[in-house]
Amino acid sequence: MSRTMSRVLAFAWIGLAASTALGRADTLKIAYVDPLSGGGASVGQVGLEHFQYIADQVNAKGGVLGMKVEILGYDDKTNPQEALVQVQKAIDAGARIIAQGNGSSVGAAIEDFVAKYDDRNPGKEVVYINYAAVDPSLTNAKCSYWHFRWDANSDIKMEALTNYIKTRPSIKKVYLINQDYSFGQSVRTEARKMLAQKRPDIQIVGDELHPLLKITDFSPYIAKIKASGADSVISGNWGQDIALLLKAAADAGLQADWYTYYAGGAGGPTAIRQANLPDRVFAIVEGYPNIDYAPAREAEKEFRTKLNGQSLWYPRVFNMMSMVFRAIEEAKSADPVKFAPKLEGMKVTTFDGGEGFMRAADHQFFQDMFVVTFGPLGADQPFDEEHTGWGTKLAGKVPADQTVLPTTCKMQRPG
Amino acid sequence: MLELIIVSTLNGVLYGMLLFLMASGLTLIFSMMGVLNFAHASFYMLGAFFGYQLSRALGFWPALLIAPVLVGALGALVERYGLRTVHRHGHVAELLFTFGLAFVVEEVVQMLWGRLPVDYRVPPSLDFTAFTIFSTNYPAYKLFELLTAIAIFAVLLLVLTRTRAGLIIQAALTHPDMVAMLGHNVPRVFMLAFGVGTGLAAVAGVIAGPALVTQSNMAGLLGPILFVVVVVGGLGSLAGAFVASLLIGLVQTFAVAMNVSIGDLLALFGTHLAPDAFFAEITQVTVAQIAPIVPYLLLVLILIFRPRGLFGTRET
Repeated sequence: MSRTMSRVLAFAWIGLAASTALGRADTLKIAYVDPLSGGGASVGQVGLEHFQYIADQVNAKGGVLGMKVEILGYDDKTNPQEALVQVQKAIDAGARIIAQGNGSSVGAAIEDFVAKYDDRNPGKEVVYINYAAVDPSLTNAKCSYWHFRWDANSDIKMEALTNYIKTRPSIKKVYLINQDYSFGQSVRTEARKMLAQKRPDIQIVGDELHPLLKITDFSPYIAKIKASGADSVISGNWGQDIALLLKAAADAGLQADWYTYYAGGAGGPTAIRQANLPDRVFAIVEGYPNIDYAPAREAEKEFRTKLNGQSLWYPRVFNMMSMVFRAIEEAKSADPVKFAPKLEGMKVTTFDGGEGFMRAADHQFFQDMFVVTFGPLGADQPFDEEHTGWGTKLAGKVPADQTVLPTTCKMQRPG
Repeated sequence: MLELIIVSTLNGVLYGMLLFLMASGLTLIFSMMGVLNFAHASFYMLGAFFGYQLSRALGFWPALLIAPVLVGALGALVERYGLRTVHRHGHVAELLFTFGLAFVVEEVVQMLWGRLPVDYRVPPSLDFTAFTIFSTNYPAYKLFELLTAIAIFAVLLLVLTRTRAGLIIQAALTHPDMVAMLGHNVPRVFMLAFGVGTGLAAVAGVIAGPALVTQSNMAGLLGPILFVVVVVGGLGSLAGAFVASLLIGLVQTFAVAMNVSIGDLLALFGTHLAPDAFFAEITQVTVAQIAPIVPYLLLVLILIFRPRGLFGTRET
């Protein structure tokens, strides 16, 4: 073999090795599996924008461990079966981090799928990072080592809401309306249980379950709420189910207070404004645009400028992504086997300025929670929602340590 | 209780009228051409999106006139260049054609307007409370929906039974060859009927858009129930579609209002199931929870016991 020839071969070999190494290491693929069509799309699409925004930000600063972050969007149509097909597609495309949020039914399916996949494919483990599926069972009965959750679970939210309800003696008759699936059912049971403990005098005048994301006209339900004489409604509805519920209430002129999980989602603020319910619709959140914390306000402003006025709905996505990136950097590896242990017990300053931590026992993140209302903007409330002129205002803060509920999780750790 | 009954009746009638606006076109097309148009709800969706786009440019009222005409023309084109060609290969081919068309329309709508709901609002001229009953406001827009549906029903009925065009349409329905022999252009009659039918669906879309949600899955949400209306009313019967729409609107609305469960019914007969008994979960499900499937239950029952529907003249 001539010297030139061997040199060429040597270069070719180095080039090949380098390119495969690059192919493996130059991108960090994060699959986003959520509804991008159908009734959940209004929130799923905005969620994707959050991820994309964060990826752009990180990439502008050089990425994570020198890797470019790439977000792959997959439409699960809020359907567990469809979601599993999409997760498999994502894994085939090289993603080892699966992010999902909307729909606890979907979340449960993914959690289960990922646990089994990791069992059967050692060396190719994937991790499921959950930013919004809040069914408590995901970190209790069904808990898995490969699942981490950044949103407060449904019980924590109900705990905070009912603590607030406890301080409002004007509430006498409560109506529960929820989506008929695992999450909605857990909201209703927990609401009944906690109200019975904290305010036994409150009468529950209605307890409704309706099909998930299928109803376009809630007037019949509103008629029922009205006939029940309820002064307050508690609902865990999300996506179009909360927006249309509020819209129907606005049309019928229902005058009631609303204690919700997700009234701030797409269409919610518009309906609240139309119903003219100033400071009577409450939502439980981990952060809100008008929070009195400068860095969060700065971020909100920048986010809105870049995304045509879209408000920053999910501070938790920022918490989640920064923690995952930090874990990867600490582990010096994007392999879930290596960085997942770094997430356990991780303590951070959250997007909204509080202290937060990832409990190792069940992989549930704990953070300050806020009860906010929507109403006309006052002094020091720079941001409105959906161009209504109405924005978020703090009604009550629940410090992180008061949200720590016990878990029944018996975590099976690998190895 | 009285309050709930009256408000539910109003809501039910209103929902029923919306269904009728769509079902009228579907039943017209079916009775004329024997085509079960799976894409009918897609034309309703196109109506809503056209209405949205036009109302932004020209205002709601011009949109209400123009959008149905455009969609109707589109429907006529689909009949002329699509269905008529497929027709030769029989009903299954037609069925598959409209089935595919529904997916194509949905995809096109997603491409043009995205997957998120568009901001299609009630026009300011109708954005007020028409009347208040038992402290429940009744928006003027809903009243407008109701009146439009009734007006369309009346006009359709008059045209079909009292005019020459209606006579030809009805004749073409049962004796197409005879009508053609008499010198009428039957294919053109079919094309017009298809255009008018899809145009009616578009009227429903323009009107329902602001009241419900204008988004790319709206066809899928309302599509299946249209077939229930048409089958229950009797295929090809306009009056049947009217009655069936009202019936289904009312049944669904009242089902929501009812909290009775199977367990409660059993209790009436003195049977009490322990909460942990086999099937006990099912007995706790209330009528309200199963409200959305009640119309389909009705569909199954009608097909078993009265296959020609309430007002139909021939077997399904």
